[in-house]
Amino acid sequence: MHESHPVTTQRASGDAVAIAARRIPRPQERFLAWLDRQAGAVLVLPAVLVILVLSIFPLLFSLYLSLSRFQPVAGGFRIDFVGFANYRKLLLGTEREHFLGSLGHIGVGGWMVFLLLAGLWVFLLWRSLSSGPVTSLRILGHGIVAFAGLLALWLAVRTIAASTGRPGTLVVTWVYVFGGVALQFLVGLLLATLCAQQLPGRRFFRVVFLLPMMITPVGVAYTFRMLTDTGKGPFAPVANWLGYANVSWVNDPWGARIAVMIGDLWQWTPFMFIVLLAALESQSSEPIEAAIVDGANRWQIFWHITLPQIAPVASTVILIRLIEAFKIFDMPNVLTGGGPGTATESLTLHAYVLWRSLDYGTSAAVAYSLLFVVTFVGIAYVRLMHRRLTEAL
Amino acid sequence: MTHRLSRRQLLAMTCATGSALLAACRREEATPTPGPAAGTPATGMRFDGVEVNVITFTGPQIAEPLQRRAPEFQQLTGAKINVITVPFADLYQKILTDFTTGTNSYHVIVFAPQWMADYVEPGYLEDLTPRIEADPALQWDDIAPFFRNFSATYGGKIYTIPLDGDFQMVYYRSDLLEAEGLKPPETWEDYLAIAQRFHGKDLNGDGVPDFGSGIAKRRGAQSYWMFWSIAASFLQSQGTQQGSFFDADTMEPLTNNEAFARALEIYKETGKYGPPDELNWDVGDSRAAFVTGRCALTIDWGDIGTLAIDPEQSKVKDKVGAIILPGSKEVWDRSAGKIVTCDANTCPHAINGVNHAPYAAFGGWSGAINKNAPAKVKDAGYAFLSYMSQPAQANVDVTIGRTGFNPYRTSQFENIDLWVKAGMSEAAARNYLGAIKDSLNSPNMVLDLRIPGAQRYQGVVLDTVLSRYLAGELTTKQAMEELTKGWNEITNELGREKQKQAYRSSLSIR
Repeated sequence: MHESHPVTTQRASGDAVAIAARRIPRPQERFLAWLDRQAGAVLVLPAVLVILVLSIFPLLFSLYLSLSRFQPVAGGFRIDFVGFANYRKLLLGTEREHFLGSLGHIGVGGWMVFLLLAGLWVFLLWRSLSSGPVTSLRILGHGIVAFAGLLALWLAVRTIAASTGRPGTLVVTWVYVFGGVALQFLVGLLLATLCAQQLPGRRFFRVVFLLPMMITPVGVAYTFRMLTDTGKGPFAPVANWLGYANVSWVNDPWGARIAVMIGDLWQWTPFMFIVLLAALESQSSEPIEAAIVDGANRWQIFWHITLPQIAPVASTVILIRLIEAFKIFDMPNVLTGGGPGTATESLTLHAYVLWRSLDYGTSAAVAYSLLFVVTFVGIAYVRLMHRRLTEAL
Repeated sequence: MTHRLSRRQLLAMTCATGSALLAACRREEATPTPGPAAGTPATGMRFDGVEVNVITFTGPQIAEPLQRRAPEFQQLTGAKINVITVPFADLYQKILTDFTTGTNSYHVIVFAPQWMADYVEPGYLEDLTPRIEADPALQWDDIAPFFRNFSATYGGKIYTIPLDGDFQMVYYRSDLLEAEGLKPPETWEDYLAIAQRFHGKDLNGDGVPDFGSGIAKRRGAQSYWMFWSIAASFLQSQGTQQGSFFDADTMEPLTNNEAFARALEIYKETGKYGPPDELNWDVGDSRAAFVTGRCALTIDWGDIGTLAIDPEQSKVKDKVGAIILPGSKEVWDRSAGKIVTCDANTCPHAINGVNHAPYAAFGGWSGAINKNAPAKVKDAGYAFLSYMSQPAQANVDVTIGRTGFNPYRTSQFENIDLWVKAGMSEAAARNYLGAIKDSLNSPNMVLDLRIPGAQRYQGVVLDTVLSRYLAGELTTKQAMEELTKGWNEITNELGREKQKQAYRSSLSIR
């Protein structure tokens, strides 16, 4: 057997060991072997340290900040622990209206929208739950997700659909994220489908459609600030001619929000476009050719063959954009400064406004709320949609 | 056969390369050090080799004169001035972070004296009193008393050198008012009436209807100062020491009462005669609009006077009049808790029965020195600030619109020639300087809020409430409640007694 010989040398009597020791200097050998064993850890150490210093430590420290109050004092600063006071301020105190908005009374239409969306939400959760073994832990998890989702939906409907309500920064961010990403996906898919055709000039348009992504967001925001200026912007003559010279989008909350979303759409559609184009071009052609032979029309081919084939990629790119979109900052900050009122203020901008005046505690509380919401949305999306879509293939 | 590195060899090589690199870096670092030291005696200049980092906001205003004069100063003294600029909204916080963390990368700060309480209390700023006393070239007594005694001083010590004189005035189109036989506005009601009269008419001959009034109302910009210019005339009538923000005995905000409601309503009504996107205008927009003849009236600092004579952008040269901020015939009586008509008791400083309260908004850009900077750098930094403020330089800079510097020295508003040389007609210069003098000589001048957290009271809470009020998110009543609640929350958080003391000492109440 293989093990017989070496084992005897190692576990040998005193003589054998003495012989081995005479052949090779033992402490050095041990030391080198120890070094070799540590090498792995040492090689990984710099990366671990970098992550600890740059990522984990700030994360924990900002958590502590969100539970405390920062004050500059003689010779430095003081951080007092205040418990959940900052979160209380956001959810119940003076920042509540700013953060959550004010609730209005919803009419029949509002109720219909709520019930429809709530029904869809419950259906999605039920489908997810029934796709695996029903354990108590899974029921609990799904229950929490269902409750949080319904609460969020309730808040969104009461602040947006109700005439007297007004969305706070949390709901405005949801509008940017869900509305924006949906639009970006649809436009991106449309452009990608067009560019995947054998059309003349498609190489040129591929480059053109990609350009917005290369421009710095602040540059894009300033450009849109000029474009949307009906008084002296480049479209001022057009607005004048149409009789809209004295109407400004910036005076209307939804006008301003839509302007922000158009800017974001312009900036981020290229990302969707390039990934979806790659997916479209890498799909196998055999099923499509077979479908053509079978007499399927273009729509049927797209819906039944192309879409399922690109679903995993599409779902991934939506997930990436969802997480990204929560951090929207440049566009509302430059375009409207969060105005009119607080109508276009996103969560990041809300945190920034507080941070700017050294209210680090509340600012960190807003940032942590954002982190919480992003994580929740990310996990819910992966559980409910992403896995299904990627497994469909 | 390929030779493969063992992990041990890789580590050894990495260590060797790393130490070699470190050694190389150290050597590079070491070489230039003796350079400047050796240079000093050779050239014989006072601050040779000294580098001073000056931080201020991204201009072009304020930063422009500093950058333009830095090379001159370097030629004179050898000190190199690096002007670092950051966006205005970040300035307060950037400076404070640099100081609290002990980074001290900024040696000289050119900032709003309004934030002084937050910088002086923890001991970050150098007391300039002895340096100023020993500096005759600065001509300290030439600086207007308000700026010397209120803006530059905190707790009896001088911490800043004024570079700019800031208080707000109302500007009007003198040609239009003359043609219609109207007098410049004395009260805010007059302001609205004049604005209404000219709104929708073509005011600059380009065939497009223009606006009666144009005020910077953008959120996160200057709107809260513009608003307080209106509010102050209702809230303060007993002279500078009365203060316009809080009751000095209780630290209760003066923001939830009938008089404040009137101010809010007037502020909102100016929007009726303003451009459609006024909510998105900062002073850049309102100034451009006024000097291109698009507005009949505006509220602004001294800048418009000099911008209006700038041949590159102005279409209203010698058609601009300036006047002390309009006032009110009714004021808030704190002890009676009601709004009262002006008489000898309620408005002792009234002119023609109108209570004017010229508002020293922002307080004027001023320079201060970081106490923790090296001694040599502090000397050079002080010399630079003094150089900027000396009449030889300052009296030229205040006549140039793009500097953003407004008059703050007596010699600047006594000397008409200075302004005529800069391009103003004599009549326009007399009118402009007259309005400045009226404001500065008023015993009822309003001091800007200068207590710890001033930036939070005004820049966050007041700014947000005003923006929401104008956008229709809040009614007048809700706006006042929200503002009062927000201010009280900050006061309680920072300590009511401490804040009250700071407020009283900013008003020099013993």
